[in-house]
Formats: sequence, C-alpha cells, structure tokens
Amino acid sequence: MIPREPIDLDINLILSQKVNLSAVERRCDTLMKRRSVKKRHQADWLLKAIEFMDLTTLAGDDTPGRVDRICHKAKNPVRRDILNLLKIQNPISVAAVCVYPELVRTAKSALRESNIELASVATGFPTGLVPERTKISEINAAIKNGASEIDVVINRNKVLTANWRSLYNDVLTYKKACGSLHLKVIIGAGDLGTLRNVVRASWVSMLAGADFIKTSTGKEPTNATLPVSLVMLRAIRDFHDLTGIKVGFKAAGGISKAKQAINYLILMKEELEEEWLDKNLFRIGASSLLADIERQLEHYVSGAYSSGNRHPIV
Amino acid sequence: MKQQNKKMTYGPSPESPDSVYSWLSKSKKKFGHFINGEMTRPTNTFDTINPSTGEVLAKVSKGTENDAKLAVKSAKAAFKAWKNFTPFQRAKCIYALARLIQKNSRILAVMETLDNGKPIRESRDIDIPLVARHFYHHAGWAKILPEKFPRKEPLGVVGQIIPWNFPLLMLAWKIAPALAAGNTLVLKPAETTPLTALFFAELCMEAKIPPGVINIITGDGKTGSFIVKHTDIAKIAFTGSTEVGRLLRKQTAGLEKKLSLELGGKSAFIVFEDADLDSAVEGVIDSIWFNQGEVCCAGSRLLVQEGIQKKFVAKLKRRMGKLHLGDPLDKSTDIGAINSFSQLEKIKNLVASGEKEGAKIYQPKMEIPTQGFFYPPTLLEQTHQSMDICQTEIFGPVLTVIPFRTPKEAIAIANNSRYGLSASIWTENINLSLDLAPKIKVGVVWINSTNLFDASAGFGGYRESGYGREGGIEGLLEYLKDPTFSRKLNYNKKSSIKEISLIEKDEIQTIDRTRKIFIGGKQTRSDSGYDRKVFGFKKKIIGQVPEGNRKDLREAVEAASLEVKWRNMTPHSRAQVLYYAAENLELRKKEYASILKKMTGIDGKQEVESSLETIFHYAAWADKFEGTIHDVPIRGVSLAINEPVGVIGIVCPDDNPLLSFVHLVFSALCTGNSVIAIPSEKYPLSALDMYQIFESSDMPAGAINIVTGDRSTLTQTLAVHMGVDSLWYFGTKEGSKTVEDLSISNLKQTWVNYGQQYPWLEPSREFRTLSLYKATQVKNIWIPYGE
Repeated sequence: MIPREPIDLDINLILSQKVNLSAVERRCDTLMKRRSVKKRHQADWLLKAIEFMDLTTLAGDDTPGRVDRICHKAKNPVRRDILNLLKIQNPISVAAVCVYPELVRTAKSALRESNIELASVATGFPTGLVPERTKISEINAAIKNGASEIDVVINRNKVLTANWRSLYNDVLTYKKACGSLHLKVIIGAGDLGTLRNVVRASWVSMLAGADFIKTSTGKEPTNATLPVSLVMLRAIRDFHDLTGIKVGFKAAGGISKAKQAINYLILMKEELEEEWLDKNLFRIGASSLLADIERQLEHYVSGAYSSGNRHPIV
Repeated sequence: MKQQNKKMTYGPSPESPDSVYSWLSKSKKKFGHFINGEMTRPTNTFDTINPSTGEVLAKVSKGTENDAKLAVKSAKAAFKAWKNFTPFQRAKCIYALARLIQKNSRILAVMETLDNGKPIRESRDIDIPLVARHFYHHAGWAKILPEKFPRKEPLGVVGQIIPWNFPLLMLAWKIAPALAAGNTLVLKPAETTPLTALFFAELCMEAKIPPGVINIITGDGKTGSFIVKHTDIAKIAFTGSTEVGRLLRKQTAGLEKKLSLELGGKSAFIVFEDADLDSAVEGVIDSIWFNQGEVCCAGSRLLVQEGIQKKFVAKLKRRMGKLHLGDPLDKSTDIGAINSFSQLEKIKNLVASGEKEGAKIYQPKMEIPTQGFFYPPTLLEQTHQSMDICQTEIFGPVLTVIPFRTPKEAIAIANNSRYGLSASIWTENINLSLDLAPKIKVGVVWINSTNLFDASAGFGGYRESGYGREGGIEGLLEYLKDPTFSRKLNYNKKSSIKEISLIEKDEIQTIDRTRKIFIGGKQTRSDSGYDRKVFGFKKKIIGQVPEGNRKDLREAVEAASLEVKWRNMTPHSRAQVLYYAAENLELRKKEYASILKKMTGIDGKQEVESSLETIFHYAAWADKFEGTIHDVPIRGVSLAINEPVGVIGIVCPDDNPLLSFVHLVFSALCTGNSVIAIPSEKYPLSALDMYQIFESSDMPAGAINIVTGDRSTLTQTLAVHMGVDSLWYFGTKEGSKTVEDLSISNLKQTWVNYGQQYPWLEPSREFRTLSLYKATQVKNIWIPYGE
C-alpha cells in the first residue's frame, strides 16, 4: 500500500463541524428498528462480521501462550461442522489479530502461513500519556517485529484543550513512522466528553493521514457506542466527499454480542456506500464477540440454542 | 439449507398477519357497529381492503341515521351514570384500556398495517405505543381532574370523527380525553380504516366500560354527518381535511356545539447553514417520509439556507436512495402503501401538475410493487412559493425545496401559507431557533427534531389548520364545559326623575361634539360620509356616530394586521399602558357615567367603576397569563406558550355597553392581540369615546380600532374577512349562527353568545379567565437538548 499524503489542517473546518446529540441518538435508536436481518441472511451477516474482526487481546495478563491460542482461533474462528452445515467451502478467518507491541513477535510466528493481518497497539496505549519519542520507538519496534497494522492512541488532553494543531502534528509523526503500514488512529471517544469533540478529533486524524479512525481503546469508561460511531461515519463520508479519500472505521470495545455486531453492520450499510463493507475499510475490534457469533451460527444450523462450553474458548 | 449470500442484503423479514386473519374470521369477516356495549348485526356492508395488495380484509357496516340515533341515545343514557362515577372509577376504566392496548399491541400493530398500509415499524414503534401512552396519561387525568379543575363539568355526549392516516392513534387522541373529562361519546372511524376501532370495541367490553359510554359506528362521510347534526351532541371533535372541516363548521353553525378541528397543513422544515446537516437530513426523512407523507404535520416544504442548498440536497438525495419501499409488513420497510387508490391518484395528479409548473422531479431508483397503491419518495426541485405545489397539501411522500437567505426570509416563507400546523427548525444556534419559534404562525414547533408527539403536550394548528388542541391540559379543556351564564339581566331599570333632570342640566352645558371612528391610531371620518343618530333612553337624539362601512373595516383590519409594536412589547410594558388607560378613564369618570346614563337611563357610575376594575384586572393578567412546561418523554422540554390569536374582531353587546366593551377589548389587548371593536349598535357612545382614553395612554397605533355602525353589516364583513383571525360576537342567536357560518372563509376562530346575556357586572372568575383563553392559542415548542 502506498501511504497517502496528509492534507493541510484547516482549523475552521475542524471548528465548523456540527453534531446534535438528541438527533444523533434518535437516528441510532430508530435505525436499529428500521432494519431487520433474519435467517440465512443473518447467518451470512454474522460470517461477514467474523471477516471484519480484529480479534484482540490487550490485557495486563497477556502471555505468549494466550496470544498463541488467540492466533489459532483467528485462523479457525468457527467450528468446521457448523461451516459445513452452512455450506461454506472456503476457509474463513478474522481480519486481524491485535496485540501489545511486546507480543507481536509471538503473534507473527503463530499467524505464519495465514493472510491474517497483525495489528499492534502503540504510542503509549491506552492513554497516550508517554513522551513522544517513546511513542515513535514503540511504533518502530512493532514494525520491526512484524506488525502489518498499527493502532495508535491520541493524546486526549490535546482534544480537551482544543490543541488541534498539536494533535495534527502528533498523528503526522505517527503516519510518517508507519510508512506504508496501515495506520489506525484511536480517538478514545469515551474520554472526549462530547460528540463535538469526537467529530473534531476524527477530522484532525483523517487530515493528518489516518487510514482508519477507531472509536476506543476498550479501556475508557465507555467504549464504542452507536452514536459515537454514527458521528465518525458521517465524518468519514464528508471527508470522502471533500477529498475523494476513503478512510476506514473500526468500532472497538464493548461489542460482545452477535446482535451488537449486526447493529454495527446495519449502521455501516446505511450510512456509507457498499464499498465500506470490506475489511480494508471496516473492522470490529473484539474478543468475546466471536464466541457469541459462533453460538448464533450453531443455533441457525441446528434450530437449538447453543451454550458456551461447546465452542472453543479464545 | 440455503446458499451463502455473498452480498450483504437484508432479505425478507415479514411480520406474520395470521393473528389478524384469525381474529377477522371469528366474526366471519363481517362487522356491525358497537352500540350500547354490543356489536350490532352487520348490515349495509362495504369492503375494507389491504392497500398494499388490494385484498378485501373484511366487510363493515355503513352507519345509517338510525344507527347514529341509537348510538347517541345510548351515549346519552350512559352519560348520567358515567358522570357520577368517582374519578377513581373512571380512572380505572381508562387504565384498563391502556393495559389492554399494551397486551394486544402486536395484533393491533399488524392490523393497522394491514388496513392502512403503513410500515409495521411505524405501527409497532410509534402508533401503538402512543395509543397506550395516551390512555395512561388520561387515566391519570380522570383521577385528578377535580383537583385541577374543581368547577369544571363534562359536556355530555361528544361526537368524534377521525381520519385514516393514524386510525387507532386518532381514536386514542379523541376517546381518552373525552372519557377522562367525564363525557360519553360516539366515534366514527374513517371509511377505509375501521378495523382497529372495531378491535378496540372488543377491548372496551373486556375492560368493562359501562355500555353506551363508548359507541363506535363505521361508515362514510354521510354517516359522520348524521352524528354531527344530532341535537344531543354537545361537541364535535374532528381530525381530517380542511375541506371537511369547513363543511362541519357550516353544518354546526348556530347549533351551540363546541367544535375542535385538526385539519391539514403545508408545514415548513427549515434548515440553517449552522445545522447538523446529516441529522437534519434524517429529520427530513422522519418528517415527509413518515407514514408515506400522509401526515397533517408533514414537513412538506423544505426551506434551506441558500449557501448550503446544493450540499444539503445532495446529502438528501443520497439518503433517499437508502429508503426501502414495499411490503408494509416487512420489518425493514420504510415506506409502505398509500392508503387508497383515490389518494394515490391525487398524489400523482398533484406531482404531474407540479412538473407542468416547472418543478424538477427526483425519485431514487427503486422497485415499486406492481400490485397495491405505492408511490416512491419524491423530491421536487426548482419549486417556488408561487407554484400550486408549494401551497396545496399533497398528503403524500412528496417534498418541495425552496432556498432562503436570512432568518427573516425563512419566517416569511414559512408563514406564506393558509395553513399553520407545524414547523421544524434546524440550527445549532439556540438564539436563532428560539427567536424563530414564536414568529412562525403554527401550533407546534420542533427544534432540531420533528414529528414528536406526546399525550402531555397539546397538538393542533393555527389558521386553516384548525382550532382546539389535542393532548395536554389544553386538549382536556376542549372536553370540559365553558362557564355558562344566566340569561336574566335587568338593565332597563327606570331612572329616577332626579337623575333625569341632572342629565338635562349636563346637556345644556355640552358643546356639540363630532365623534369619529378610530383606525390605526387616528380619528377618522367614515368612508360612507354618513353619521347615524344615537337616541337616549328618552328617545331624544343624544349624539351621532359615524356609519362605518366595509371600507372602514378594511382599513381597520389592515391597521390591526400591520401592528407589531403592541404584540412585541414586553408584557410588563403592555400592563403599564393598560393601567394608564384606567388612570385616564378615572379622570373622566363622571363624563362616562353621564353618557351611559343618557343612553340607557341607568346611573352609569357602577358601570364605569366596574370598567376601571376590569381594566385593572386584565392589566394585571397582561404579564401573568403564562404558559406551561410539559413533561414530555424526551431529554428536553416542551414549552406550551400562550400566544395571541392575532387580529380579533369584537362585536360588542348592547348590555352594559361600556363594561362589556372594556371586558372584551382589554382581555384581547392584554394578551397582545390587535383588535377591531364594533361598539354596541344601540349605545355606542361611551365605547367609541374610549379612543380618547387609548390616545392618551400610549397605546400603539393599530392595536385598537373602533368602528361604529350597523352591527349586522359590519359583523358579516368581519366574518368573511380573511385577515381576521378570530371573531367574538355578542348579539343575537341568529347573528351568532351567521358568524359561525361565515367564519369558514379562513376558518377563523369564533366566540359567540348564541343570544345569551352575560353578567358583565357580576362576572365569575371562570368567565374572566375564559376571555383570556379565547384571546390566546397554545403553541408547543419542543426543545430537545444535550451535548
């Protein structure tokens, strides 16, 4: 992939973004009742959700063993018998595995001979409150160890103090460090206080060169929500209208049920054009979600509700 | 097992209609009326169809005059017992209805969708929950009504006629407040959508509503008119077209029935450049493509600030492409079927005529089902206010677009309509939105939102969108009796000889006076060039007043309409002017008393004293007749503001000629209206002389205009004048009928006395408050907030 050029920061453009909270909430609330996917269509959507998934482990107790296990699940996300009943011939896998920089090397080895991307968080994840030079060295280390995608966090205090120029420069630096690698910028929506800040941070990130904008680290008090996502998707759409550049979207944190995944797919489908329904432009960052999807798929093929112990844990 | 679908499509997701079919079969798909707690035998039946397929769902009976009579009779018989139920008992009945609606919510939603054609998403998530909410809310009102309105009485039997666009919801809006207030009723559902009302009849039996309290007869307009004309019907509540509303006003003229009309609209959806445009686009979707645009308050005129017009329309078109049109029972359908073939034809014809007028049509590519009545979402560009398509209510999924430059221009375009139902304003600037809200002449304003409804907030229009409110306290008042008054009043008391001699002594000292009429703050001669003689009680000429004619009234209405200073004054300043008028009248107390005496033969001291007190009374109210904040279920508020009706014509009675004038005129003025007053024809002098008081009290020009002359001619001119928003008439019974009859010109509001005399000298608290209600109309402003 050839890295795209950043676009000059226009502060007025950032400040002129408008979000009406009540109207946004209403849209999210009604949208989920306006659309319904049932039966085979639902099963197919859930399989898609797996293909859009960044299977993630980002915890203090992560060990090489844990990462190894998750990588194996990433390659075999659904039990073979269920896939057979669904008449899925080609193997399916998640889009990527997402880990801490320290564990990239383990994951790289576990994912060999698969086309699963390897994402590493960086830049002082999850808060971003570390010196700038250590952030760059983190990115460099992740790349050196084999990461193909970098999920950076922004320093939220630059949003909260309206230091847009500085935020823009930060992301520019990350982009430069990533080179041609896929850069996902986590705006940490749950820390930003308002949807207005969400849209502004999204715009600054996109102008500075983000390939993806991502809702959350999973560590904020609130993570991905439909209103936050809607606002980010609308920003992506406007950015595309303005520049012709397609920026991807990653919803992360708190998405643990199949029904939620369907909701995010509906949101993507209704708010953006069809081409965004592709793993190059849409990801769901999750861990326990996969087990729930697998259970729903088994329910579809068997007609009986399944239980967790019947599906390999991650 | 089906094959994998590589493309992410929704696939079919239909709600099953089986429960409805099995319910219909129970009655062999044939229905009678619900009268006196029972279903009658089906007779004289006609089909009700599913508009999305053309399939006949059931046969229902066409109500005859006899059916209407039976229904009213049973309602009348039930009234006595129902009225004497304790509030708790009535509340329990209404509560049971709310509960039963919730328990049967899904079958009701499916039935509504089958009979009406609306998407199941809407009947399930909007219509039926609002129905239940309406009954819950009013079960509460039934309980606490005596505390809130200790002196109010129910009306008796009310007749209710509802439309086909929200069949069960409109039933709820009608029945719940009527019952809560203690009335019994006869309701007629729309010809094309009777089913949910018939199911509701069954719920009434289940809820053990006493027989006769609720009666439902099905049929067409003719059936409706049997209800409307029935002498035992105390009030008519109607929701439907402006055309039928006019007809009902005419049919009920002079019949002393209360009337509330909720009619058509051509509402503006206003988008400013600083709005959240994507959210505003969704607003448009919820506004004009809700219920196939078959909504009286649909935002059918999109007004968008010129600088963002292109951008906004592009966003809108893209969004239109995502709308799903098709099977109303499918859970993913956004736009269902048009309710009837005739409505579909009407929409097609109006759009075709719009194209002929030069409108550019845009319809997104989508498949239209070949059977059933479907019409795609339609955007008409290059439209102008001068086109018929921007003035006529389409009642379909068709939106016109007009650019505006400034807030002032947005207001002007929004108000450039004979209707006045609702408006939606989109801007992130609260200063702008709250400035606009009072300036748009509509009953409901939604800020950064649209089509929000709740049982606690009044809904209803200005102008030709009707009068009366549904929901809220204002809606409840429609079902309670206005204070009634004694007909006996003795003002022909003979004066003593001593008093008479006094007057004669005054007369000797009087310099001849030329009285003029008062228009736009100026004393002016009548256009007619004639004066009429005024005779005193001794049959002697005691003065002359101008013979005002239609041209004088034209000038007066013009002056009143252009008046802005008075209505824009702060209430405190208005109060000051009115108090000042009292000061100035008091200085000339003797003179006014003596004129009264000359005219009527009664010592005028008490009347002048009462007039002063009345002026003080309404001056006091000027800054206190406040609105309400409704507790609507959103994060936000709904402000119910009492706004002046606008230009009020007041035809004063002969009894207490000064006091009645003061009472009526000052109650209209204190709330910010501008007034054209016609003083008593027989005793005009003291009231006409009031212009000197107004002139010396800093009353802005045009706020009060006084024209003397022939009562009947002047009344008729005012009644048909399109610029008069309300006409108050205190005269004969026949005159009252004429006023109601002629008011249909612009559907002006009326307040008439049906020939009754009012106790001006001993007014009750209720009567004084009643004038304030008549002088105002409620505007509900919905303000969601949050950051």
